[in-house]
Amino acid sequence: MSFKQARWEGDGCLEKLVFELGRKSRRGSFFKSDVAEEVEIPKKLRRASLGLPEISEPDVVRHFTRLSEMNFSVDSGFYPLGSCTMKYNPKINEEMAALDGLANIHPLQDEDTVQGALELMYRLERMLAEIGGVSRVCLQPSAGAHGEFLGMALVREHFKLKNEKRTEVIVPDSAHGTNFTSAAMAGFNVVVVPSNDKGRVDLDALEKAISNKTAALMLTNPNTLGLFEFDISKIAKMVHDAGGLLYYDGANLNGIMGKARPGDMGFDIVHFNLHKTFSTPHGGGGPGAGPVGVVNGPEKLLPTPVVEYDEKKGRYYFDYDRPNSIGKINSFYGNFGVLVKAYAYILTMGADGLTEATETAVLNANYLMKKIQAIHGFSLKYDSETPCKHEVVISAEHLKGETGATARDIAKRLLDHGIHAPTYYFPPIVPESLMIEPTETESKEELDNFVRAMKAINEEARKSPERLRGAPSSTAIGRLDEVKASREPVISWMTFMAKSPRGNNI
Amino acid sequence: MKKLGLIVNPVAGMGGKVGLKGTDGREILQKAISLGAKHVSPGRAVQMLRKLAPLKGNFQLITYPREMGEDEAKEAGFSPNVIGKIEPGKTMSSDTKKAAHDLVGEGVDLMVIVGGDGTVRDVHDAIGTEVPVLGVPAGVKLHSAVFSTNPETAADTVMKFMWDELPLKEAEVMDVDEDAYRKGRLSSKLYGYLTAPYEPTLMQGSKLASIEAESEAAQQEDIAKHVVENMIAGTVYILGPGTTTRAVASALGGQKTLLGVDLIKDRKIIARDVSEKQILDNISLANCKVIVSPIGGQGFIFGRGNQQISPTVLRKVGRENVLVIATPQKLSQTKVLRVDTGDSQLDGQMKGHVKVVVGYRTIRMVAVV
Repeated sequence: MSFKQARWEGDGCLEKLVFELGRKSRRGSFFKSDVAEEVEIPKKLRRASLGLPEISEPDVVRHFTRLSEMNFSVDSGFYPLGSCTMKYNPKINEEMAALDGLANIHPLQDEDTVQGALELMYRLERMLAEIGGVSRVCLQPSAGAHGEFLGMALVREHFKLKNEKRTEVIVPDSAHGTNFTSAAMAGFNVVVVPSNDKGRVDLDALEKAISNKTAALMLTNPNTLGLFEFDISKIAKMVHDAGGLLYYDGANLNGIMGKARPGDMGFDIVHFNLHKTFSTPHGGGGPGAGPVGVVNGPEKLLPTPVVEYDEKKGRYYFDYDRPNSIGKINSFYGNFGVLVKAYAYILTMGADGLTEATETAVLNANYLMKKIQAIHGFSLKYDSETPCKHEVVISAEHLKGETGATARDIAKRLLDHGIHAPTYYFPPIVPESLMIEPTETESKEELDNFVRAMKAINEEARKSPERLRGAPSSTAIGRLDEVKASREPVISWMTFMAKSPRGNNI
Repeated sequence: MKKLGLIVNPVAGMGGKVGLKGTDGREILQKAISLGAKHVSPGRAVQMLRKLAPLKGNFQLITYPREMGEDEAKEAGFSPNVIGKIEPGKTMSSDTKKAAHDLVGEGVDLMVIVGGDGTVRDVHDAIGTEVPVLGVPAGVKLHSAVFSTNPETAADTVMKFMWDELPLKEAEVMDVDEDAYRKGRLSSKLYGYLTAPYEPTLMQGSKLASIEAESEAAQQEDIAKHVVENMIAGTVYILGPGTTTRAVASALGGQKTLLGVDLIKDRKIIARDVSEKQILDNISLANCKVIVSPIGGQGFIFGRGNQQISPTVLRKVGRENVLVIATPQKLSQTKVLRVDTGDSQLDGQMKGHVKVVVGYRTIRMVAVV
């Protein structure tokens, strides 16, 4: 397959900002200014201008269509971004979330007028509790990392109530960076344990790390290499024996959903990513949803409000009366639209469908593992015998040694084949890593196409390596300065005005 | 165009295969030759240069005459600028020093030296930290932290350095006592520091904690902040040598003896550059902690450069009161820690995973092997 992305360019820059497109008095719609109500706003609070662009409807539509044409999404092609579970987002989810009674309600509406929305949250909570093997779930966190932070805040409160001073949270070296950060944000010292040569938690190191200072162990299972932690029961016992809690990071739930439950493995706090496992859109920082479930102990600590059902009155209501609650972590109840989409997904799939999704995701990952491992130059750094779960981490170390082509070169070159780059250089314990997660969405034809692309790039690395160094060449923007992009991002209007010389012209 | 300096110590490594543990000093060299020792370093230099040859138009190679670089460069297909004078077949330590000095005078951006610890010490004496140095391992003793793993990886590092892709670190120069080594005892001192380029671990930003992307100096500051915050009043801290431990003293507003052991109590340096005897005589080891950082290229936390913190001291202080600190950058190169106190029973007790402070409130479990 080949691919050529649109590139809308003019006046020396890519598609201008909507603010730059505006012209004074240009309109998309005209509103009658016959508001009957007189509103008293003190003079000094009144604004003469809103500083919003004045622009026509076709200009708006074209602007956003052009931006989408310069983007790559799960709707345009295969997106094997490991550890992100970029599965297809069924359109029925969007339709449900757009239903008038769900999209056009206000969080401060009287409970009696939003019983359906409350019921949806109540039922979604029960479904997630069943899937995760927990007793209660808080739906409020606005993103995966927000959920992690809630998890750590629960751990902190748990020991505060027990009057135990525990200062350390243990995290494996293969974990997501957000794990370390969440623990640190909650005030814990982070203790990193290495992986063993099978890519799993090193039990000797874990034993030495655990002490009466241990508040929790944060673990992803299957782990970031896509491998199941066989010793999970033993690990849970080690942590519990020392009085610590076990926290489950939901990043990889797509590898076990319907087959195994974190709660049954001994996890006390279980985190979900609705934008991964439950097919809601990824937010690029939000809006996502990272619900957090708890087993028994920390249940009373959950943030307020929780949705309860009064059987006598047949009525759903928000319960704020929870004396041990850690308080609020969101202004209202979470990203409700995202919750609706996840609920729609679970209902349309059904229990059997969710299990089948897991089976297919795992089968797809193993298919790619076998096919890509067979290509000369690619290898598996750790356990190459045991089947993987939903994702596989391939090392391009040998190819780099032979040709100088790096994992980054390969990832970028895949874009020229119409395939989104996999996650690369993560986890850091695999040299020249390419982390591939096909998900259950992709057909065998699509997977074979991916394998062909990987083979073609591998051959290209040997014959014309300069093509790889320059990749991608068919996207609107070539290779980014990633350090600058992550350290000095310009993603808001205010930053743009402050940093870009173009800001002066607006 | 960047300038690359090259110094080959032609006799480095000759003592290895004939069991002489080194060639420091003329007599030993004669003995090595009489035992049939062959030259090692010229071959290593050519190996490195061959890998660099495709890029030879992109930088200027400056070196010393004949076997000190000229011959090797020509063999690998270079036409180097040759400066200075030597007496072929009779080069010694003073020639390395002179070459290093002269090459700095030529304005080289990076100096590649092919040799061992002795060669590195000579270069250190001649130029200090003026110009970054990269070691191609060719000597018998390779305890200094400037060495690449092999000539090929050295060439990779040179290429990346030429493309401005590499940051610099402070690398330990080690001094192993050859006489003692020949008698079966490895005793080494921290001799000083050179600057050296290093390859940071590549990674994709968004999924990771940012700690590994920082400069080593910033990492050292983070570690120091953590250590200082957790210091207990009344406890004496025995602070080992090195730049990471130096950062701890700096965080307290003090100036540490870089190569020696200092004592800290109540956030003040109470004694500098102490010997084992001074440690044992002056402080109560019952209320004492040891802070050390791995020294040299192989990750030794005890027995290299900090012999003042002797087995006797360590037994009294106790394993649980040893605090190891190391930057992620350092750990990415050593992976494991080592101990060699000369007391094998104590070494055995030190083995297994230990907690290493690698950043502010960040601890990593690292194996001591």
